[in-house]
Amino acid sequence: MYGWKGQILRVDLTSGAISKEALKIEDMHNFIGARGLGTKLFFDEVNPQVDPLSAENKLIFMTGPLTGTLATSCGRYNVVTKGPLNGTIAASNSGGCFGPELKFAGYDGIIFEGKSAQPVYLWISNQEAELRSAADLWGKTVVETTDLLREATDDDAKVACIGPAGERMVKFANILNEYNRAAGRSGVGAVMGSKNLKAVVVRGTGGIKVADNAGFLNAINDARGKLKAHPVTGAGLAAYGTNVLVNILNEHGTLPVKNYSEGAVFANAEKISGEYQAEHNLVRNKGCFGCSMGCGRVTKNHGKYQGIGEGPEYEATWGFGSDMGVDDFEAISKANFLCNELGLDSISMATTLACATEMTEKGIIPRDKSDLSWGNADAMIDKVRKTASREGFGDELAEGSYRLAELYGHPEYSMSVKKQEIPAYDPRGQQGTGLNYATSNRGGCHVRGYMTAPEILGIPVKVDPDATEGMPELLKIFQDLTAVVDSVGMCLFTTFGIGLPEIAEQYRTATGVNISDADLLQSGDRIWNLERLFNLQAGFSKADDTLPDRLLNEPMKGGPHQGKVVKLDQMLPIYYSIRGWDEEGVPTASKLEELSL
Amino acid sequence: MKITIKLFAFLRQGRFKIREFDFPEDTTVGQVLDSLAIPRQEMGIGIIFINGKRAEFDSLLKTDDVLAIFPPVAGG
Repeated sequence: MYGWKGQILRVDLTSGAISKEALKIEDMHNFIGARGLGTKLFFDEVNPQVDPLSAENKLIFMTGPLTGTLATSCGRYNVVTKGPLNGTIAASNSGGCFGPELKFAGYDGIIFEGKSAQPVYLWISNQEAELRSAADLWGKTVVETTDLLREATDDDAKVACIGPAGERMVKFANILNEYNRAAGRSGVGAVMGSKNLKAVVVRGTGGIKVADNAGFLNAINDARGKLKAHPVTGAGLAAYGTNVLVNILNEHGTLPVKNYSEGAVFANAEKISGEYQAEHNLVRNKGCFGCSMGCGRVTKNHGKYQGIGEGPEYEATWGFGSDMGVDDFEAISKANFLCNELGLDSISMATTLACATEMTEKGIIPRDKSDLSWGNADAMIDKVRKTASREGFGDELAEGSYRLAELYGHPEYSMSVKKQEIPAYDPRGQQGTGLNYATSNRGGCHVRGYMTAPEILGIPVKVDPDATEGMPELLKIFQDLTAVVDSVGMCLFTTFGIGLPEIAEQYRTATGVNISDADLLQSGDRIWNLERLFNLQAGFSKADDTLPDRLLNEPMKGGPHQGKVVKLDQMLPIYYSIRGWDEEGVPTASKLEELSL
Repeated sequence: MKITIKLFAFLRQGRFKIREFDFPEDTTVGQVLDSLAIPRQEMGIGIIFINGKRAEFDSLLKTDDVLAIFPPVAGG
């Protein structure tokens, strides 16, 4: 076996039984690994209509065949489950070194099923695996839990755990590994909490064999050379991190402000930008396993919110910044630190707060319940804490923006798709991004088909962000390629500097699977359609492939894109057609046959 | 004609963040880059906006335009 280890662990949390299983070669070849293979295993075993927080739901940690190898930026794993935030198939992707460590211990993945009667953690030391009591860890933060578990097991062990938010099943709780790397979206941490599983701790000392040593070295040297030579992957990401986007989006006029209620230009964007962060707060940059880009930020706050931690990335900066009307970088950073410590998805946390703030400002949520107001950083930070503990108003915030807005009779203030909050790009000035949000298989998300790259950044091609023509075709390629990247275990940011040929060559030489570039891309299409089938069987339909009313019918109020809305109806039918789906968005029989689904 | 120029990321080093300039009529973006000693070759995949709209080297400027220039950078 090359690339893959060919073996997974199955952990029955109800009985405590742990067993080892071989993976099917056909599944590995057809669904690659990580996001794709995890989804295939999940779909085969779990009823799509399962209650996400019930014992019948499963939680799968899955790596890709390149995870832990010398391939470019391949430190990634996915957590696949049915997400409690919105009930779609959740595949939440994280970096760091946890995924590689799991491979070094001898496993491609772990399937957790059932529910433990008491809090437990899984300790894996190479081939040995055991469930241990986590009674003393319940209630601890991510930092405390990680420290205690390294002390209890092995200082070199890698820890993936939930914080208090996951224990309390906050709908957008996440899973953090190595303190700060997050399987962030869809509420995968709440599923872990529902199973009384506090952490997974891994120490592995084995290696990963590749099929063609010389060919693999040639492939990674070629790809690394291109990443080093490219100005974005070779210099820009290390110097400024993802937060360099604040000024770009602001100048373009698509940096959402105050829950998307204003023209997308934030007066004090400079004060929360990547340039500001680099000048005032950056301690150093940081990379995940095998990464030459190093986009991570180690950040120090000096004033009132003093402390040190990682981030904030662009999405969190936008969410706690312009989307909340906050222009104090250290306040944003503090809110982000708290999300990491308490185990919250910073995108959904911040945007739920923005939704709550707009409803408070409009008098829909009473002031005796919410003290949120635009620009009130202290109230914002207080609510992050209270959301994780579900204290007072935090209990309502913990349900996410859609349920919160619906509770008060105004779901239109939730800036979400399929009940998951959309991130930091106003699609009224980026038509392709609008289509991406509407069709993402996990609801509101930017990284299922990152159309901001061609629309704004000009990578790999420049397209007119106001045009609808050609967007469905380009988006399909982006979505399929992203499914491949996520499934081999590679970081999506490599695609700023390399493309399908370089990724496919690393995959071929590592695994020994003789597959063409086009056929590998078709595996991405297959994964996309499998996710679609799950969602359809879970009860989603064409009616859910839409955007918040504000983006479709409320013209942008100012900035360069004043007066624009998303022209989704011009793009969606074409998108369905090129996907091989019928008018209701259901894959046709011939499409499923083409993909062997 | 009066043009406001904003520079970002690496381009600020040794230059400025924001400054107003007086350029002759029919000045192009490329000519502005040349005047600021920003190599066009390095800006091949850089990001240039005039008043929030993507611009190219041969785009013509007009008075009161805001020209925002980013080197090749990205995030997500």
